Amino acid sequence: MTQSIQIHTYDNGLVLLAQPMDWLESAAFSVLVPAGCSRDPAARLGLGNMTCEMIQRGCGPRDSRQFVNDLENLGVDHSASVAVTHTSFGGAMPADKLPPAVEIYADLVQRPHFPADQLEDARLGCLQELYSLEDDLAQRAMLELRRRQYGDPLGRHSAGELAALEQISLGDVQQHFATHFRPNGTILSVAGKLDFPRLRDQVGELFGGWPARTEPELIDLPGDRVHHHIDHESSQTHIAISFPSVRYGDRDYYQARGAIGVLSDGMSSRLFTEVRENRGLCYAVYAQCHSVKQRGCVVCYAGTTTERAQETLDVILQELRQLAQGIQSDELQRLQARLKSALIMQQESSAARASSIAADWYFLGRVQTMEEVRAIVEALTCDSINTYLAANPPQDFLVVTLGQQALEISL
Amino acid sequence: MRFREHCLDNGLEIIAECNPAAYSAAFAFFVKTGSRDEDDATSGVSHFLEHMTFKGTPSRSAADVNRQLDELGAYSNAFTSEEQTVYYVAVLPEFQDPAIDLLCDIMRPSLRADDFEMEKQVILEEIAKYEDQPPFGAHEKSMAVHFGAHPLARSVLGTQDTVSALTPERMRAYFDLRYAPNNMTLVAAGNVDFDQLVRLASEKCGHWQSRPVDRLTPRAAANRDFQVFPHDVASQQYVIQIANGPAADEDSRYASRVLSTVVGDDSGSRLFWKLIDTGRAECAVMYSYEYQGTGIFLSMLCGVPDDTPDNLQEMFDTFREVEIEGITAEELAQAQNKICAHIVLQSERPTNRLFSVGDNWVQRRAYQTVREVIAAYQAVSLRDVQEVLRQYPLTTHSTVAVGPLRTLARPA
Repeated sequence: MTQSIQIHTYDNGLVLLAQPMDWLESAAFSVLVPAGCSRDPAARLGLGNMTCEMIQRGCGPRDSRQFVNDLENLGVDHSASVAVTHTSFGGAMPADKLPPAVEIYADLVQRPHFPADQLEDARLGCLQELYSLEDDLAQRAMLELRRRQYGDPLGRHSAGELAALEQISLGDVQQHFATHFRPNGTILSVAGKLDFPRLRDQVGELFGGWPARTEPELIDLPGDRVHHHIDHESSQTHIAISFPSVRYGDRDYYQARGAIGVLSDGMSSRLFTEVRENRGLCYAVYAQCHSVKQRGCVVCYAGTTTERAQETLDVILQELRQLAQGIQSDELQRLQARLKSALIMQQESSAARASSIAADWYFLGRVQTMEEVRAIVEALTCDSINTYLAANPPQDFLVVTLGQQALEISL
Repeated sequence: MRFREHCLDNGLEIIAECNPAAYSAAFAFFVKTGSRDEDDATSGVSHFLEHMTFKGTPSRSAADVNRQLDELGAYSNAFTSEEQTVYYVAVLPEFQDPAIDLLCDIMRPSLRADDFEMEKQVILEEIAKYEDQPPFGAHEKSMAVHFGAHPLARSVLGTQDTVSALTPERMRAYFDLRYAPNNMTLVAAGNVDFDQLVRLASEKCGHWQSRPVDRLTPRAAANRDFQVFPHDVASQQYVIQIANGPAADEDSRYASRVLSTVVGDDSGSRLFWKLIDTGRAECAVMYSYEYQGTGIFLSMLCGVPDDTPDNLQEMFDTFREVEIEGITAEELAQAQNKICAHIVLQSERPTNRLFSVGDNWVQRRAYQTVREVIAAYQAVSLRDVQEVLRQYPLTTHSTVAVGPLRTLARPA
């Protein structure tokens, strides 16, 4: 599993990360531009999403239609999305199509057309995304939780707000692009069958002239962390719980990750066993570590019918508190087996690896090889995790529910 | 890459696409049973049984099964469709033997009564979950409306009522009938030791008793029903339309996938440019699905209720236009490029190959390499697509709408 990760930083600050995977026939890339929705002006929530919609409507020599046709004729499975910190573009393709695909994305981030006659179409597209959230009850509960856990702007969702979306002008989009689409802070990661010297030179030629810009200040206001219930005539009650934890990059991160793995990874995990297998309370239940660069938390979710919601919440909270008592060695061994097998299977996907190394660079300022991660996973012990848990017991829970009845939160 | 096959005396077929260079190995039992094999008294039993197979055997408790799967670092799951129930596990190659031992064992579950009652609660929760999320039951309703008395009309999950009424005895009878070895295939892909796989499977499954199993596979009749189901919990309007299409054994299935990609892929298709790029709808797609004896083109439209009549008319006009004029050479080439690249990307993971190889074998008793599948798509001509449109007109479809609307005009 020897892995070499190639890194090159250009004069304008753009970082290229590459992981050659010669055994694959594909290549995949991720472009993370520091234009996440945390950068939306407070009166223009949704501007990042709207800019992402508009930026894909023609760039360089291609109009909107040609952009999509060119990508599809190259066989690029492409995507674009806006998260809190970045606007990201991704593509996976047969390896020989990587150079022309990179060329298209060089135009996209530097030379978009922003056609005025498509602004209303883009706006409607963004409104559709906002409307669709209305019907996604589990996600609504989780978004409310994240807002209250992380605050503003780090707890935002990119879909924005109706009134703000209705006011966004072409000038707003152009201004947002000019301020936040910059090479310093942008990460281009590539994994798969690739020729690194050639890729490095090509990226230098295509992106070298992109001018760096000053990173704007970000004012970070913490969340209120107040429990909340959203009334809704749904069959199920959607339960979202969070509590503070260490972020990815913290020296204790893998201790926390190990503890949450025992709680929720796999069919023999504690939550699956106690909530679903032993009590039949729900179909879906999980917990996972979540991070922004500034801080981290653990989020949990369960969806269950109204009459069983109280018991479900009580059992989950009890399991969370119980975790502080420590984990057992057989639980850790199973988790280690799962994590190690996941690492090896990651080598079967260029897209998974491209996004993983980009995230590493953002959070850690470096890329962990798979050997490094494997060594960290193997070094986990019950003692190390239990020491962490004793010092950092799950507590200070925040609960958001959506359904027919509010629940009692016994903390 | 090498294809291997073997059949045990009791009819259990074992097939594998062996790739010694792969990092992992994936294994699955494809059981040829699903909602189309149920009746009113057993509606939902195939899916319920899928859950019950993880609840223990004479030699393993449910907790043992879960714990041992995790000990292997296995990625495992199962799913039930209208015509298949599939149990799969992906592991590192060194865990092939214990993974097969476990997978074979759970194919003969105990079906204990107390586990049955507990798991029934989980199934009822799963049904409630789907009732609460888009498209709010529109898929089940559209299959029921389109297929009418045809076996494919049946819901995979069943309903709260049918699942509540199921008993362990009825499940046991269904299991005995459908999980005969001659109705199952053990499929493997990736870094697989095939000879060892056959040895272990013979030891673990060789004593299973074969028995006659059949399935009705009539062709579905054309259907133009148009039904509106008001549903106030939804804020968006969901419309599903189903037209008949090629069955699993028809060669025109390649042309039908090309056609559905041109008309309704989620990017770069005719529906995309008319309804998604313009922001008129949240979702407007069409996909082709093949079953034994019949097939469908399933289209879905989702958006603001007030915009739905116009959008639905636009979809109808799109279907009519393509029926009259066919697709262009440029559209054909773009769809072929897109589909073939997708197949190459997908094939890098053994689990994906597992599903392709298994599905192809169960549906058609055929093995195709990735290269052969790509060649088949590249060979599709404009005339082939025209022939699919002639035989399966897209405008001859049933319609089901779910959402806030009480009424909805049928497009003309």
